Amino acid sequence: MFQSLTQRLSGAFDRFRGEKELTESNIEEGLRDVRRALLDADVHFQVAKDFVDSVRERALGQAKIADKGVSASDQFVAAVHHELVELMGPEDARLQMAKSGPTVILMAGLQGAGKTTTCAKLARLLVTKHAKRPLLVAADVKRPAAVEQLRVLGRKLNVPVFHQEGLGPADVCERGVAHARAQGNDVVILDTAGRLHVDDELMDEVAEIARRTSPDDQILVVDSMTGQDAVRSAQEFHSRLSLTGVILTKFDGDARGGAALSLKKVTGCPILFLGTGEKIEDLDAFSAERVAGRILGMGDVVGLVEAAQDKIDETEAQAQYERLVMGSFTLEDMLAQLRMIQNLGPLKKVMGMLPGVGQQLDNLDIDDKHIKRIEALCTSMTARERLQPDLIDMGRRRRIARGAGQDVGAVNQLLKQWKQMKQLMKVMKKMGMGAGMGSKAKRAALEGFSPSGELAADLGGGGMLDKLGGAARGLGGAAKGLGSMMGLGGGGGLPEGFDPSMLAGGGVPGARGKSATRKATSARDKDKQKAKNKQKRKNRRK
Amino acid sequence: MGLFDRLKQRLTRTRTAISDGLSGLFRGGREIDNELLDELEEMLFTSDLGSEAIELVDQLKRQHKRGELKGEDDVRASLRAALLERLDTEPAEIVLAHSPTVVLVVGVNGSGKTTSIAKLAQRFTSQGKRVIVGAADTFRAAAADQLEIWAGRVGCDIVRKNEGADPAAVAYETVDRALREGHDLVIIDTAGRLHTQSNLMKELEKVRRVVAKRLEGAPHEVLLVIDGTNGQNAINQAKQFTQSAEVTGLVVAKLDGTARGGAIFGIRRELGLPVRYIGTGETVEALEAFEPQTFVDAILAVRQVSANS
Ligand SMILES: Nc1nc2c(ncn2[C@@H]2O[C@H](COP(=O)(O)OP(=O)(O)OP(=O)(O)O)[C@@H](O)[C@H]2O)c(=O)[nH]1
Ligand SMILES: Nc1nc2c(ncn2[C@@H]2O[C@H](COP(=O)(O)OP(=O)(O)OP(=O)(O)O)[C@@H](O)[C@H]2O)c(=O)[nH]1
Ligand SMILES: [Mg+2]
Ligand SMILES: [Mg+2]
Repeated sequence: MFQSLTQRLSGAFDRFRGEKELTESNIEEGLRDVRRALLDADVHFQVAKDFVDSVRERALGQAKIADKGVSASDQFVAAVHHELVELMGPEDARLQMAKSGPTVILMAGLQGAGKTTTCAKLARLLVTKHAKRPLLVAADVKRPAAVEQLRVLGRKLNVPVFHQEGLGPADVCERGVAHARAQGNDVVILDTAGRLHVDDELMDEVAEIARRTSPDDQILVVDSMTGQDAVRSAQEFHSRLSLTGVILTKFDGDARGGAALSLKKVTGCPILFLGTGEKIEDLDAFSAERVAGRILGMGDVVGLVEAAQDKIDETEAQAQYERLVMGSFTLEDMLAQLRMIQNLGPLKKVMGMLPGVGQQLDNLDIDDKHIKRIEALCTSMTARERLQPDLIDMGRRRRIARGAGQDVGAVNQLLKQWKQMKQLMKVMKKMGMGAGMGSKAKRAALEGFSPSGELAADLGGGGMLDKLGGAARGLGGAAKGLGSMMGLGGGGGLPEGFDPSMLAGGGVPGARGKSATRKATSARDKDKQKAKNKQKRKNRRK
Repeated sequence: MGLFDRLKQRLTRTRTAISDGLSGLFRGGREIDNELLDELEEMLFTSDLGSEAIELVDQLKRQHKRGELKGEDDVRASLRAALLERLDTEPAEIVLAHSPTVVLVVGVNGSGKTTSIAKLAQRFTSQGKRVIVGAADTFRAAAADQLEIWAGRVGCDIVRKNEGADPAAVAYETVDRALREGHDLVIIDTAGRLHTQSNLMKELEKVRRVVAKRLEGAPHEVLLVIDGTNGQNAINQAKQFTQSAEVTGLVVAKLDGTARGGAIFGIRRELGLPVRYIGTGETVEALEAFEPQTFVDAILAVRQVSANS
């Protein structure tokens, strides 16, 4: 019942495949799906309505200048993407710095949004990237251990934390600013208590803090999983403070980011940063392109539309495509494989029967996040790159990484994984699984991914992935065949150096999802150890 | 005082008084037509009902076509019935059927777990039960301190260890102590984790296993704390946590604002999970056993807000 925005939109876009032009009649159906998709993504209903209206206008305006090389769905994608970027932009991930005296940053928001954690993240950013000397002020005198929480974070960062027992929040903040002035801190970050926008008393309190400290930045911290209420609370905070920016937290989950759309519309303030994890370094600059891309599940759409326009001879391209796909193991195939492993229990079991894999399979943990990262990388590639990964040189790697919002290391890792999987596929083919992947699955994948349908496939849903669903079923059958074959004692052996855990989340740098090791006492230990080492290194440098 | 009264009282304290959303739609003697029903759909969306809203209104539209809806009262009755039908009617409260009864509390970051635990501890302590809480959030800064302060205020026992300790070990020790000292209720706090972090979800599985090792059949309840301001993502949360931690019921926190927590309808439909309690504030008293009627009435009372102010 519940579909992600990506799936939903690609369903909507699929309707336009094969049609040459967007017309008032064929666009409506797609727009209805877009609206539902946005609502499912928690975009405020009014924002969703307005959004759909402006997409309609833009797409129909474009229809008149329709080019031969660009399909209706491509146009529609471009229009939706463009509108998303427009609504969430422009990007201006900058804090306002005071001309003289310390810069004061006020952090406000609902309970549990992530204010305290984000204060620490900002402090770290200011220290490491801007050579500032921030002071953290603990002005939450209400929540148990809120002050201690900030102190612990301050200690980790080596950033001072100001607090004075027995004072009200506004007094603490005022004295904090004075303290910063005296101590030569050039930035003051005020961590305030969480409060409900309907609580007049507490809203008065935060307004009072702002009045007495004249913050240069008044930032609303919002949980990206927030639903329709995001609009109401943001409106209320905005009316009591002069918000200058928004930070969206917990973006590392699977929230579709609907709140981002709504907040920008309601407050008119830029979205400054995205919180992408619990660790102090998990703060990314906001990028409208990236978030729009993530919402739609694709990389650089504008580039893809341009590429589509460049196409000269469709039949030649088709033939070339078939040659490539049938003859080799492409990144498309790899993505398909990972999805199958993820979706199909049986394949994992079958792989477990392969000699040498069984014991290591417990570590084989392919999570959504990992696949999404790979997907993001793949969709940031051109079609040719996906089909002939050998083409991807350093320059291309950089571009792909940028488009996906990841680092080059992630691209390197992906290509390494691809090579290993390619080897594995060869082995499996020898053992009889080729039947599954070699023909059926590939043909299915091919149907969903032709040069003319490229964009639909890029959306990661409808076209290609539905087909892959079919392919996966095909493979399931093949897997069963293999199972009985293995039962007869058939064997293969893995390519040398093949490490199944490479397929798992742990293989990608930056991915927090480590494969769970059997005797790990705490899944977070490793991350913590890393952070500790980093801190040690930093301290040594001082 | 029930939730609705409390909400009403709370909301009337603000500058904009709450008006009954459904009555608001019919103001000025409006007739039922598609336009009105579309506005009703928007009102339901505002409560985070998601695609349930579309279904509910589709049903109303069908009834309207058949001439079954005469006016506001019919719409209200039909909608109310449809919403109630989607909720559990069984008593919501936790029953202390074991000695001790072990409750594991899980959820995404900042949803309200630790505070809800304090409230539960308060609730059962004031009924004369002996309660012990376990600070198995050994990850977040000052998480154990937070729970310890609450335990002090409530007057219940606590087991805590240092930051970075093994959460499963804390859970084990808490149950162990409860068995030795004869507590009635054990509540274990866990670190917030996003449901997409499979390694951390595995950690929960381990906590479960270890607890069961000390006391067969435990944990008897696994409560998922949902932030009532969350939208459709709450459904994903419920799915993943149910898969890893075998959730038995929900606590919906932060319903004292303007959010209505409509995502629980989707959760109920997909997973059949009952709501046990709702959180209506930051004090230890602000916890109420879930009552479907008041919950539904609060949804029908939602005031519409436009995003273009
Ligand atoms: N996964 C993830 N967790 C986050 C992020 N930001 C904050 N958190 C977690 O969210 C929870 C709440 O964060 P806090 O910083 O305590 O939130 P707060 O807004 O200060 O809360 P109150 O002061 O109680 O209103 C903690 O468990 C944080 O670790 C993020 O970007 N990603
Ligand atoms: N208004 C309101 N605030 C609440 C409610 N329940 C919890 N809170 C607040 O929400 C914030 C987060 O609550 P916690 O109990 O720390 O949340 P948590 O899930 O334990 O957070 P982590 O352990 O960091 O994941 C705190 O500021 C609480 O006071 C509620 O029912 N209403
Ligand atoms: Mg805080
Ligand atoms: Mg907690």
